[in-house]
Amino acid sequence: MNETPPDAGAASAPVLVRRHRLSTRAWHWLNVVAVFTLLMSGLTIFNAHPRLYWGQYGANFDRPWLKIDASRDGSRGYVQVGSLRMETTGVLGAWEKDGRLSNRAFPHWMTLPSHYSLSEGRKYHFLGAWLLAIAGVLYLLWSLLNRHVMRDLLPRRGELAPAHLWQDVKDHARLRFPRGEAAARYNVLQKLAYVSVLFVILPVMVLTGLGMSPTMNAGWGGILDLFGGRQSARSVHFIAAMALVVFIVVHLLMVVLAGPVNEVRSMITGRFRLPPEKGR
Amino acid sequence: MTFSRRRMIAGMSAGLTLGGCQKILEAGPVDALATSLDTFTMRAQRLVVPRTALAREYSLAERSPIFRANGSRTADTPEYRRHLAENFANWRLTVTGLVGNPLSLPLSRLRQMPARTQVTRHDCVEGWSAIGQWTGTPLKLILDLARVAGTARYIVFECADLFGTTPYYESIDLIEAYHPQTILAWRMNGEPLPERHGAPLRLRVERQLGYKHAKFVRGIVATDDLGRFGAGKGGFWEDRAGYQWWAGI
Repeated sequence: MNETPPDAGAASAPVLVRRHRLSTRAWHWLNVVAVFTLLMSGLTIFNAHPRLYWGQYGANFDRPWLKIDASRDGSRGYVQVGSLRMETTGVLGAWEKDGRLSNRAFPHWMTLPSHYSLSEGRKYHFLGAWLLAIAGVLYLLWSLLNRHVMRDLLPRRGELAPAHLWQDVKDHARLRFPRGEAAARYNVLQKLAYVSVLFVILPVMVLTGLGMSPTMNAGWGGILDLFGGRQSARSVHFIAAMALVVFIVVHLLMVVLAGPVNEVRSMITGRFRLPPEKGR
Repeated sequence: MTFSRRRMIAGMSAGLTLGGCQKILEAGPVDALATSLDTFTMRAQRLVVPRTALAREYSLAERSPIFRANGSRTADTPEYRRHLAENFANWRLTVTGLVGNPLSLPLSRLRQMPARTQVTRHDCVEGWSAIGQWTGTPLKLILDLARVAGTARYIVFECADLFGTTPYYESIDLIEAYHPQTILAWRMNGEPLPERHGAPLRLRVERQLGYKHAKFVRGIVATDDLGRFGAGKGGFWEDRAGYQWWAGI
């Protein structure tokens, strides 16, 4: 991808390289739409029954491992994980909109639609799901064919060596980002993050999503067995979604720290300005 | 919460809850696309799941300790109260519409037909699941007895329970109707079907979400047009709250 090696003689002139392929850029922005639609409509669906269980079954009389609920009078909201209870009044379980108290689990500003409607939430969720699944499969096939996965995403030999990994962790912690030619490639932590999203989190999201469909359960019972039951699949679906949120937060943070204009431009036009090497 | 934080969150709501984006989604074409996906999802699922594929059946030990009752827990009308008091001795299941042999069957007649018993999982659209044992008459046997016409496309279930003044109803297509696990249940967990679970007859259509499983069933109608029932969307919740007619996901 790095077609223009930086010229040492023109250190001050910005060096533009082609960094992201069209397929990567198109998939990225489609995913922004699909993933935000999915996350926010997913919270609406969660609000219909804000409890998570392990196993095949789970309903109000059974013991959830996670629940978002409110005190009896509705004034205080909390999240309970196992026996650990965290007060979340104002955000989860009890929150206000236009001066009116609501005891829905996730607040209106996180959900799609912003009012509670399970049927609309589901409608948008499946719209997002089809978008994510179709675009994801096409991108994955295309990226295997054009060797994007092999060349740019999978860690190279040596990159997974503990010393190299540790160095990369330290560089990230010190906000010391690659400069010059190295900045055009993904560093190993970045590769690991992208590979986990592409090959672990997204497939798990899709499989657990299908694992909650009673029709799919009839034809593809193996998914139920893989996750240990329908309610387990629902729990894993939620956990994977939260993992995706963590990825997005860190991803956005890194974009801001690494130079938002340059980074965002490279994801729109594909062109990336190499940060000049230090000391030259 | 301080004033400024409140303002900040209000500002975020405008951007993040996407007053704007939500408007795009609610706009005609996107909404029409999202709604038509219902059928697309059904076709896709039918493509990869054989029409006779069975829902998982569990052992008795895997049942929920308490099976949550949802929706109408009773059909609160004087007529239903009377049937309940009579132990449904005079309850009749009618089978009408596009059939060659309209029926009006007492429960005793249904119980004489070959029955099916299955321990299955009930998945509510809200997200919870409960496992229970159901015994009932395969719908196929009833439909065969009534000789459903070749022009029929859907089977509609008319119920005795009311939401306000609106009776509950639901509909399924013939693939689900003739599925071997689709039964009209009259026993649950080894006992006569309890009132809160739809006594005396409750549809079990095991590859669909809970709202399809009509309770207090008193009539079955074979039809080629769902537009003639309720507000025309094929079921009470479909009419009332926009629930998807395809409840396989």
